[in-house]
Amino acid sequence: MNKVVSNADEAIKDIEDGMTLMLGGFGLCGLPEKCIAALVRKNVKGLTCISNNAGVDDFGIGLMLKKRQVKKMISSYVGENAEFERQLLSGELEVELIPQGTLATRCMAAGYGMPAIFTPAGIGTEVAEGKEIRNFNGKDYLMELAFEADFAIVKAWKGDTMGNLVYRSTARNFNPLMAMAGKITIAEVEELVEPGELDPDHIHTPGIYVHRIFKGYDYEKRIEQRTVR
Amino acid sequence: MLDKEGIAKRIAKEIKDGYYVNLGIGIPTLVANYIPEGMDVVLQSENGLLGIGPFPVAGEEDPDTINAGKQTITMLPGSAIFDSAMSFGMIRAKKVNLTILGAMEVAENGDIASWKIPGKMVKGMGGAMDLVASAENIIVAMQHINKAGESKLLAKCTLPLTGINCVKKIVTELAVLDVLPEGGFKLLERAPGVSVEQIRNATAGKLIVDSDIPEMVV
Repeated sequence: MNKVVSNADEAIKDIEDGMTLMLGGFGLCGLPEKCIAALVRKNVKGLTCISNNAGVDDFGIGLMLKKRQVKKMISSYVGENAEFERQLLSGELEVELIPQGTLATRCMAAGYGMPAIFTPAGIGTEVAEGKEIRNFNGKDYLMELAFEADFAIVKAWKGDTMGNLVYRSTARNFNPLMAMAGKITIAEVEELVEPGELDPDHIHTPGIYVHRIFKGYDYEKRIEQRTVR
Repeated sequence: MLDKEGIAKRIAKEIKDGYYVNLGIGIPTLVANYIPEGMDVVLQSENGLLGIGPFPVAGEEDPDTINAGKQTITMLPGSAIFDSAMSFGMIRAKKVNLTILGAMEVAENGDIASWKIPGKMVKGMGGAMDLVASAENIIVAMQHINKAGESKLLAKCTLPLTGINCVKKIVTELAVLDVLPEGGFKLLERAPGVSVEQIRNATAGKLIVDSDIPEMVV
């Protein structure tokens, strides 16, 4: 049950052109920055990326967009990324914008082994176009399908060699949901410990969902909107 | 006429003791600064936090602790952290008592548009579509007219919709208005120094003025 790999490059070595990836994080918070850097180095192309945001121009998934590695983004909010908006408006990048709760719950459904969810988000809007609508108790709901991803890449605070993960503060966000949803899940952590060192009651993601884990060094953890009193 | 802080101040009066409140990006975020002292209110951030505190003092910013606008924040005692699915779970299950968000357009039937100007600007809907589809108590904080001088309170939205028949109340720099279930913007209060005529001229949709409209107390 030892899931440890030596570094990001080893963890992503079999990610190939055209694959679908889930990438955890909300903005730059809780972003798997070591694996993203490795994907940029490997220069895999034609990727479909499921991630709430597209990073910013010079960090996060923005780095992959700049190198034209991404064929399609599935996101809920892209407001802070000028290069993303440019590629989207010019039609160079295929983009599916979906409600944030729908994005999260479609990951959750995959991890729970459920094929679809019903949500009221998007009823009466262009998000509903072409989708099945069901009425429950007098209210309309959209049927949204569970995501399928070749790899899920997440960032946790601590993990053990068996792949059990603990997140910290709002860096949790989409990470535990995506961790459950990948055919192969890669976790990068700030602290890698031995089995028994994490309290079983405090585990957010059980190691059964995690296939590879490694310790990342020198996290930049860039702040998008530094705001002080 | 109100400035952004004034709009936030006026909206803060809609918050009641014991409320769980979701504040959107922009003017809604400012509302947190005007919640009356001693009132027991918990702020939800849809990236996964109940218990948003003030911005940190310089030097104590934590990159792992941000709000939905990606600003560094602090957490109050009694805060809880959760994942994004649970965050929208509590929204969908109507546990959040009040949602305050911005908009580009609101229609007199309560439709809202806030995420896209075709061919020009695409920010994405973020959590707004989930919020407006489930929340029962939605207040929109926005300017009455856009940068081009056009009314944002319309008979029908022209931009892609975020949600339908959902907005209940609007607070702008000019007025406080209810969106009636049968349709129409019912004028409740005027901003200081603003006349009903000014509000009428700035409102493209159906404006309902029943009686003498009081000036709001901010």
